[in-house]
Amino acid sequence: MTPAVIMAALVVLGLIAYGVLAGADFGGGILDALARGPRRDAQRDAISHAMGPVWEANHVWLIFVIVLLFTGFPRAFYALGAALFVPFHLALAGITLRGGAFVFRAYGPRESASLRVWGRVFGIASVLTPVLLGTCLGAVSSGRVRVRADDELMAGADAWHSPFALVIGLFALSLCAYLAAVFLTVETDGELRDDFRRHALGIGTVVVALSAALIPWVFVAAPHLGAGLLSPRALPVLLVGAVAALASGYGLYRRRFTLARAATVVQVACLLGGWALAQYPFLIYPDVSLVGAAAPSATLNAVLVTIPPGLALLLPALWWLFRVFKSTR
Amino acid sequence: MNPLLAARAQMEVSLAFHMVFAAIGIGLPLLMVLAEAIGLRTGDARWRTLARRQARVTAVLFAIGAVSGTALSFELGLLWPRFMRLAGPVVGPTFALEGYAFFLEAIFLGLYLYGWDRLSPRAHLLAGAGVAVTGMLSGAFVVAVNAWMQCPPPSSLVTLDPWATFRSAAWINMAVHSTLSCYVSVGFAVAGAAAWSLLRKRPGDWHRPALSLSLSMASVAAVLQLASGDRIAKMVAVTQPVKLAAMEAHFDTARGAAIALGGLVDQDAAVLHGAVTVPKVLSVLAFGDPDATVRGLNDFPRDLWPRVAIVHTAFDVMVSAGTFLVALSAAWWIWRFRTRAAPEAPVPVWLLRALVFAAPLGFIALEAGWLVTEAGRQPWTIQGVLRTADAATRSPHAVVTFATFSALYVFLGAVVVGMLRYLARTPVKSSEPQP
Repeated sequence: MTPAVIMAALVVLGLIAYGVLAGADFGGGILDALARGPRRDAQRDAISHAMGPVWEANHVWLIFVIVLLFTGFPRAFYALGAALFVPFHLALAGITLRGGAFVFRAYGPRESASLRVWGRVFGIASVLTPVLLGTCLGAVSSGRVRVRADDELMAGADAWHSPFALVIGLFALSLCAYLAAVFLTVETDGELRDDFRRHALGIGTVVVALSAALIPWVFVAAPHLGAGLLSPRALPVLLVGAVAALASGYGLYRRRFTLARAATVVQVACLLGGWALAQYPFLIYPDVSLVGAAAPSATLNAVLVTIPPGLALLLPALWWLFRVFKSTR
Repeated sequence: MNPLLAARAQMEVSLAFHMVFAAIGIGLPLLMVLAEAIGLRTGDARWRTLARRQARVTAVLFAIGAVSGTALSFELGLLWPRFMRLAGPVVGPTFALEGYAFFLEAIFLGLYLYGWDRLSPRAHLLAGAGVAVTGMLSGAFVVAVNAWMQCPPPSSLVTLDPWATFRSAAWINMAVHSTLSCYVSVGFAVAGAAAWSLLRKRPGDWHRPALSLSLSMASVAAVLQLASGDRIAKMVAVTQPVKLAAMEAHFDTARGAAIALGGLVDQDAAVLHGAVTVPKVLSVLAFGDPDATVRGLNDFPRDLWPRVAIVHTAFDVMVSAGTFLVALSAAWWIWRFRTRAAPEAPVPVWLLRALVFAAPLGFIALEAGWLVTEAGRQPWTIQGVLRTADAATRSPHAVVTFATFSALYVFLGAVVVGMLRYLARTPVKSSEPQP
């Protein structure tokens, strides 16, 4: 494996961590907006309680991905900045408003109208941001973003709002909500747990329906991606993901919630990983390849050298954080 | 408004906004963890209350800092695509280090904020210390990137040396200066708030401890900042003579150059009207020699001049605010020693009033100092290598995103002020944030 490939793998691993962890936090906001019925406030408290200690750490995975991307693949980042100028900005506004709304609600007045307003902002931003980030992935995969040899954008500034990209955005949204609902079944009990289980089963159905629509559509809208998904490097990963998806549904149905949580993590990880393998060796199909966009090897090696000591510090700290806040109940 | 102007304006708004929260994320955790440590040592419950109150302010402000910082990490590439494509391989590894530090800070902060009742006192204190240390490191790493932009080692873009940021002559000086500025600005802001509460006789027994602690931190940092500022002036005199000349609105090269305070800059005529001048001081400040020659702006082509009025005024604001804070620190310690004041003695009203007045000055100095650094480097993004005009995005949407983000930050800023007022008058709930 060349340094560029290792770097790309790290970007994808970071993306998976962000997708699973921060995706669930976005999903928390979506479920917050969907909260209904007699246990509405209890549901919201459970979501806030689950997110509180970890959401900022989860969020940093995005910064990690962006830094690795602009360090390792500066030319790709250059093209993406032009192609995704608008959706990136919109997503950033969403990220900013969501973070602000979360703390304003958690620490602000408990009884007044502000609680309602910030709750609304938190919900809306939590819905729009994953859709926007999903459309960005959709645009990159669509083959419509075209880049000249001098890295300038030829076409595709509108690719993020093509129907295909928008459906990928909705798919990302439904996955985030599904992750959150499944995670919350492990972190609650009693009637609250039943609520989240019901949510998870409902949202899981949406995930399956969107997958069923997307699979044939990929072959029409982005045939290169379809071929990639069927390639021997991506297909096994995707099949594992599909089995995990079934296991996660089974776990929910049979109330084996820790099984469902583990299976959902595998499902989302395989989906993102499979997507990345299908893209390989392109960062932006068909003009920007991994090797073509990579930084000089001195830079790649400099970053790669920092990874083991960096992880040696990060992983124990993360383990401490999750052990303290996620192992009880 | 063309894309270049819009990109500059958006970057300025985003950084000016983020910087306040970043500084708080570095300075406030130190106060918070010191208060907790004193509380643990003395068993005095007021210190724990203080730590908890500061922790909750940190929680709100850190979150705003984290999301606005995320926006900046994207904006680097969105607004300055040519800069990032060229410099990414050089500055990227440093950003990776910053990423680890910031990641750890977010993890430790989660443990600290939500772990009051879940961690042992020692472990909790340790998590808090982790926040303070990683916050400081993360700032020092980001500043390394900026130091490289100020004076890139000559061959670093040829060799694409991935650690050139730490070889820049400016790094240590700038990292010290910016870290101290965080402690100064947060210290005086907290002291000002405590002084206000004491003046107004607000309920609560933690105001006096808050005042002592924050002033101890701020006064030490303020005095060190004098020395650090002097080192930086002497460094800039050598590495960025145009910037030094702009800071002082110094147009004509002179031996034994006078320093000019205030005044109105006429950039076209290359004159400074109505300034107060003190002979020889500029030569001393720049080179430590009253007869040294200080080069003036007229020695350099006009298209390499920054906007002199901005740089000069910002520099005067920074120095005036800093000088006032040093004087106030001295006043505080003189009062304490002359009256042999016990730690709990009531503070005279004049001193409290002066502290309330000084509350925003640290942040004003910090913003002004940043303006000197960045506006003074213009027309360059990377000094001597890449012009700002060549680095900027050409996106026609930049005007809209500038307007949107400005509105967003003004709105968030207003909400944060309201939140701080609310937190100041609300006791810490025993179960906060939710159990």
